[in-house]
Amino acid sequence: MSLKRALSAASPLTLRIVAQCPVTKARACDLILPHCAVSTPVFMPVGTQGTLKGITVDQLEGLGCQICLGNTYHLGMRPGPDLIEKANGLHGFMNWKRNLLTVTVGFRWCLLLSSQEVTEEGVKFKSPYDGKEILLSPEKSISIQNSLGSDIMMQLDDVVSSTVTGPRVEEAMHRSIRWLDRCIAANKNPHKQNLFAIIQGGLNAELRKACLDEMTQRDVPGFAIGGLSGGEEKDDFWQMVTLSTDHLPREKPRYLMGVGYAVDLVVCTALGCDMFDCVFPTRTARFGSALVPWGSLQVKHKQYAKDLRPIDPDCQCPTCKRHSRAYLHALFKSDTAAMHHITIHNIAYQLTLMRSVRESIVEGRFPDFIRTFMKRMFPSRDQYPGWAVDALASVNITLE
Amino acid sequence: MKLELSRVVQGRSRLGVLKRLGRAGQHSLEVPGCLLYTHLGTVPHLTQDTLHTQSNLPSVTQVTLSNIAEHQEVLEEFKDGFRKFSGLHDTVLYCSLHDPATPCPTGYTTNKTVSVWGSGGRIELTVAKFMTLQRAVQPDWYQSMADGETWQSNTSRKRVRKSVDRTLAHLDECLLVHQKSQELEGVEVFGAVEGGDILEERVRSARETAKRPVAGFCLDGLQTGSMDQALRTQLITAVTKELPEDKPRLLQGVGRPDEVLECVDAGVDLFESFFPFQVTERGCALCFSFDVSPDPERAGRAPPAVLELDGEKEMAGETQQNGDLNLDDQTQMTSFEINLKDKRYQGDFRPLVEGCGCYCCKNHQRAYLHHLLVTNELLAGVLLMIHNTAHYHGFFSALREALANDKLDLLKRRVLRERDGQT
Repeated sequence: MSLKRALSAASPLTLRIVAQCPVTKARACDLILPHCAVSTPVFMPVGTQGTLKGITVDQLEGLGCQICLGNTYHLGMRPGPDLIEKANGLHGFMNWKRNLLTVTVGFRWCLLLSSQEVTEEGVKFKSPYDGKEILLSPEKSISIQNSLGSDIMMQLDDVVSSTVTGPRVEEAMHRSIRWLDRCIAANKNPHKQNLFAIIQGGLNAELRKACLDEMTQRDVPGFAIGGLSGGEEKDDFWQMVTLSTDHLPREKPRYLMGVGYAVDLVVCTALGCDMFDCVFPTRTARFGSALVPWGSLQVKHKQYAKDLRPIDPDCQCPTCKRHSRAYLHALFKSDTAAMHHITIHNIAYQLTLMRSVRESIVEGRFPDFIRTFMKRMFPSRDQYPGWAVDALASVNITLE
Repeated sequence: MKLELSRVVQGRSRLGVLKRLGRAGQHSLEVPGCLLYTHLGTVPHLTQDTLHTQSNLPSVTQVTLSNIAEHQEVLEEFKDGFRKFSGLHDTVLYCSLHDPATPCPTGYTTNKTVSVWGSGGRIELTVAKFMTLQRAVQPDWYQSMADGETWQSNTSRKRVRKSVDRTLAHLDECLLVHQKSQELEGVEVFGAVEGGDILEERVRSARETAKRPVAGFCLDGLQTGSMDQALRTQLITAVTKELPEDKPRLLQGVGRPDEVLECVDAGVDLFESFFPFQVTERGCALCFSFDVSPDPERAGRAPPAVLELDGEKEMAGETQQNGDLNLDDQTQMTSFEINLKDKRYQGDFRPLVEGCGCYCCKNHQRAYLHHLLVTNELLAGVLLMIHNTAHYHGFFSALREALANDKLDLLKRRVLRERDGQT
């Protein structure tokens, strides 16, 4: 890899590596973006439609969130790029003062849209709102994201399910490289908006490696690891992650897309990833599932009807400081605010977890952190997921 | 609880302060005023953080047995009352029977019982169960058990009379249990005045209730949808004549600004603030003007919310003709609000109401609210509820100020003009 080529002199992004774990591949960085600095490793909550599921921007800021996600496809459909541009971009439209990252379509959503058709030109979707066909080309995707004004834009990639094998995976990988070049060429704001490449290649190590070799030759400010977390075997998943981080340039941020379970976050941080996103914590909250250091707690379950403790007695979030499991259990029957309480708690949980991870990296005790974390998460050693044990062993962490 | 009246206009409209509220007596509430409407102690859609973006919230929080009854067991085990259970701290707690925003099915009351509807269906309450619940809730004041099923216009005189008799009997029984309950020491009881649309029965109910040791009165069965405002005004005027000057009168089920003004004129002190919730649920924002400022600059300038809405007002005028007199449907939009789902707001980058100081108006624009509504996002309800609550409470402040400055008529004219769609 040529360091000179990889360093983008003009990109509106600076990555400062604050600490490197001496044992694993984990690192703690300050990622300086146009709207504020982001402390990594970082979990980025997802606000698909320009709003975070019932939470106000002040609440999100209050929880310490420095960057959240928006969705190019959804926002491009409604309210549309022209309107958002008039509102001073997505920041102005939703009145969010910190950083935004826009994903192009969203991996799972993409797989859901069975009517999509991929050609060299782009991805053709049938709108779920009015049935109209829309062509999302690399140029169109970037043009929308330029209108949205996100701090980090994602390239349009040719997504195939991680469970698909054969020539389609290779085709998608090569096409994603061609589309990356078209995206780079289409970016009207390279000095204000960062464009990340997305590494594809399915679960095939050779294809991944080929994609990495090609894409790291491009002058982009950051890389995402894509096409994973879509139902593949976890053994394949972590192998692809670690292969990617092995070949990605050290001085650029690595974003692992669609990952948000606590164990995955901790393990993949150890494998060298810096950024993560997932709808899971906020979606599961609306079903009454609160995330806790020992897994999750189903607030709507009858066993909590008379439980007067907070969700997590050690949690410092506004929900845990004020309300009991019993009250939240009761409130779920009366008002949507119950969902908001759990959403706030779950975002707080994710952000606190990543802050603790970072702290432990900075203080040189990340391996110990992992061991304590796993002990708390699983009742016994034999319940540790095998893939996590193997993945951690690959970066010199043995779990007792 | 002590009502100190500073003004009584034309022998009826009352301005004052309800003092020594709460068990320690540290709270007060200005009248005419409204209570804070909640679902199980939570203002709909709002967490405490979002609620408290607003200052000057009413000091009294209303909860209903229809929400609470199904949680009796946990409250009994908890022992410290509903306020603490729900994470509320510094507020007076008032417990009423039914949710004013949810119509209650009729046909389920008996001589000895009334029914409330919670998420799990109907719960039948005897006085004994009703009082057990109050002991578990430990409110600062509560509405006595009442048979208020007489709001349908075709209710027979016999049925109305029965509801008055039953409600008085329930009250006597409640008071008896109340006096024996240590947990309810210092807790106040409001008696319910019934009587449907029959003047003599209303007067009888008021007179008899006033003879009991109650702290105030709930005027029941007069809610929006049950009768037109002229009849409501007539009944309330007759009822308040029978009630002692020094005790507050709470009108149940009325929340529209025009009706509130008429009812204040007829001698009502307190209202339930479910109206902003209903407006929120239909995706609308309150925008009516209540500015009667003498400042020539301000008075000379029609409030922007009105000026901009020529087209809307025309539409609202139609609503008034059809909708406002169609009393059965409370879910229908009134002319005090704008429908943000309407396409005209898609590219409208103004706040909901120009000059409004609420969190929503200070931070967001109509176009964003429109987007949240068409995409069915939860934040729409949150932001609308913040604005509508603030706007509604602002209206009550203006109402008190108008009363204090002899401008109630001016305010009424302004609000009625809004209703009738003239700007």
